[in-house]
Amino acid sequence: MATWFSKKPRIAPVKPEEVDSLRQQPSRMQGLWAKCEECNEIIYRAEIEKNLNVCPLCGHHMLWPARARLQALLDEGTFEESDRELEPTDPLGFTDSKRYRDRLRVTRRALDENDAFVGGIGHIEGHPVSVGAFVFEFMGGSMGSVVGEKVTRLFERATERRCAAVVFSASGGARMQEGIFSLMQMAKTAAAIARFREVKKPYISVMLHPTTGGVAASFAWLGDVILAEPKALIGFAGPRVIEQTIRQKLPDGFQRSEFLLEHGMVDAIVPRKDLRAKLGALLGLMG
Amino acid sequence: MAAPSFALDFERPLLELERKIDELKSLSGGAPGDFSAEIQKLEKKARRLQSEIFSDLSRWQVTQLSRHPQRPYFLDYVQLLFTDFFELAGDRSYGEDPSIVGGWARLDGRPVMLLGHQKGRNTKENMVRNFGMPRPEGYRKARRLMELADRFGRPVLTFVDTPGAYPGIGAEERGQAEAIAVNLEVMSRLHVPVVSVVIGEGGSGGALAIAVANRVLMLENSIYSVISPESCSSILYRDTTKAEKAADALKLTARDLLELEVVDELVPEPDGGAHRDPARAAEAVGRVLRKHLQALLAMDGPALVEDRYRKFRAMGPFTLGG
Repeated sequence: MATWFSKKPRIAPVKPEEVDSLRQQPSRMQGLWAKCEECNEIIYRAEIEKNLNVCPLCGHHMLWPARARLQALLDEGTFEESDRELEPTDPLGFTDSKRYRDRLRVTRRALDENDAFVGGIGHIEGHPVSVGAFVFEFMGGSMGSVVGEKVTRLFERATERRCAAVVFSASGGARMQEGIFSLMQMAKTAAAIARFREVKKPYISVMLHPTTGGVAASFAWLGDVILAEPKALIGFAGPRVIEQTIRQKLPDGFQRSEFLLEHGMVDAIVPRKDLRAKLGALLGLMG
Repeated sequence: MAAPSFALDFERPLLELERKIDELKSLSGGAPGDFSAEIQKLEKKARRLQSEIFSDLSRWQVTQLSRHPQRPYFLDYVQLLFTDFFELAGDRSYGEDPSIVGGWARLDGRPVMLLGHQKGRNTKENMVRNFGMPRPEGYRKARRLMELADRFGRPVLTFVDTPGAYPGIGAEERGQAEAIAVNLEVMSRLHVPVVSVVIGEGGSGGALAIAVANRVLMLENSIYSVISPESCSSILYRDTTKAEKAADALKLTARDLLELEVVDELVPEPDGGAHRDPARAAEAVGRVLRKHLQALLAMDGPALVEDRYRKFRAMGPFTLGG
């Protein structure tokens, strides 16, 4: 009790309706039943979860929360989180329709995450890895200083331990609300990878839906091997920006994983159910 | 000085006054007398007006100046500061992208590698230069030239001036994001001094892709931002007309970035902006550029890589909670 009370509340209370709207936004997975946004079928929720958040009817790869993903893809009980204590600040005093400060407070409270990335160490099929995944539900997985720092530390850990690095990216890109600092995370993470190359261990980048902007244009595309989940949207500019620029509709399948494979931009498309085995195989082949 | 043919709204009163002064001068036909007192008075007024306008520019006004169509571009600085420029073309795998220009040159006799975004002065030029928005082949050419410089031990000097990397179908097909990502990594391990100067617009990843430097300098009326104020406003306020507000929120001017310790030095511009006196703007750039290059030339390859690593490693504030 005493320790509970002595904890100074660091963040102001969140209105319940704010939390609810946030919780429901990303997954539409509340309640017993869920609707697949691809085939529109109503499916028993437990069915979907058992199937790694892939629609059992149409194979659509739904959002798979970072912690569930890491737990499922790493050898049982091996994941140890690092850098959980890193918390975002508001270096520009940024305000749009809401103050960034408030946006952070609400999001952190609702998701019980400090920012949009979870990183740590663990094993995949017996291979030690420094690993991390984006929390896409946290402001679209946008990269501000905390995400950049965590990704940088992920590569620094891999360098120190001389182990492989695996990153699961799902992000709209750099976080506008942290302005120029978000942009600089691209340089920071890329420089950390340059150093990591010296230990000659593999970096496997797994691109999820969606991977765009400053995340695509930095560490996500620097993988020694790049895998993509089926039909993920992957690219530099978002489709809307491109359509506005060229003033025409984009063709179907543009910037999807299959399009990128065809254009030589990723190594392989791996369905979620095969991901763990493929990662294990690659780690074995590359050392 | 001839009055520029293009004027931003807030420049107009000054330019009109200057035109009046020029008219009076030509009326007096160079002979001293009749109008000289009047001219003197107006000149004093013009100076006062100029300092009034330019001493307290809003971020949006700075943004407009950074894009001023008469602002000196990369190739103007090449001409004003360097000798023996030898342009090199092509990425050796797809094409030549004229929105990034690069090549060997000499600064005070010392061979260097120059790279810069290049905008066009008119529609025809902009068709060729793509408004200074590079495609992947531009970034891959830049990478090739930086690696050349590294191999031959020549410093790399880059001039940043782009609205951003081009968002188009072909650019996506050929890996725009990959091209930028690779440049960030390659630049971070160059064993030669790298100095970047933001001379106009520093548009997001498309700017950073040639700006992972030991020293990053900014001209006084230039901007550097993760997103353009227009795009930011359309995403956050769902309204492209709130760019002014977005510019304030983004804190994107040279002064802001110096305060945020993201850039190393601000290069002062001539009164009224670089476009009013490109030669003096180039002189100021040259002075600051030489100073930083001199300091970096004293360092060996590994020290330069370490210096660059530390610089970017330290960027991005966060706190440690419990």
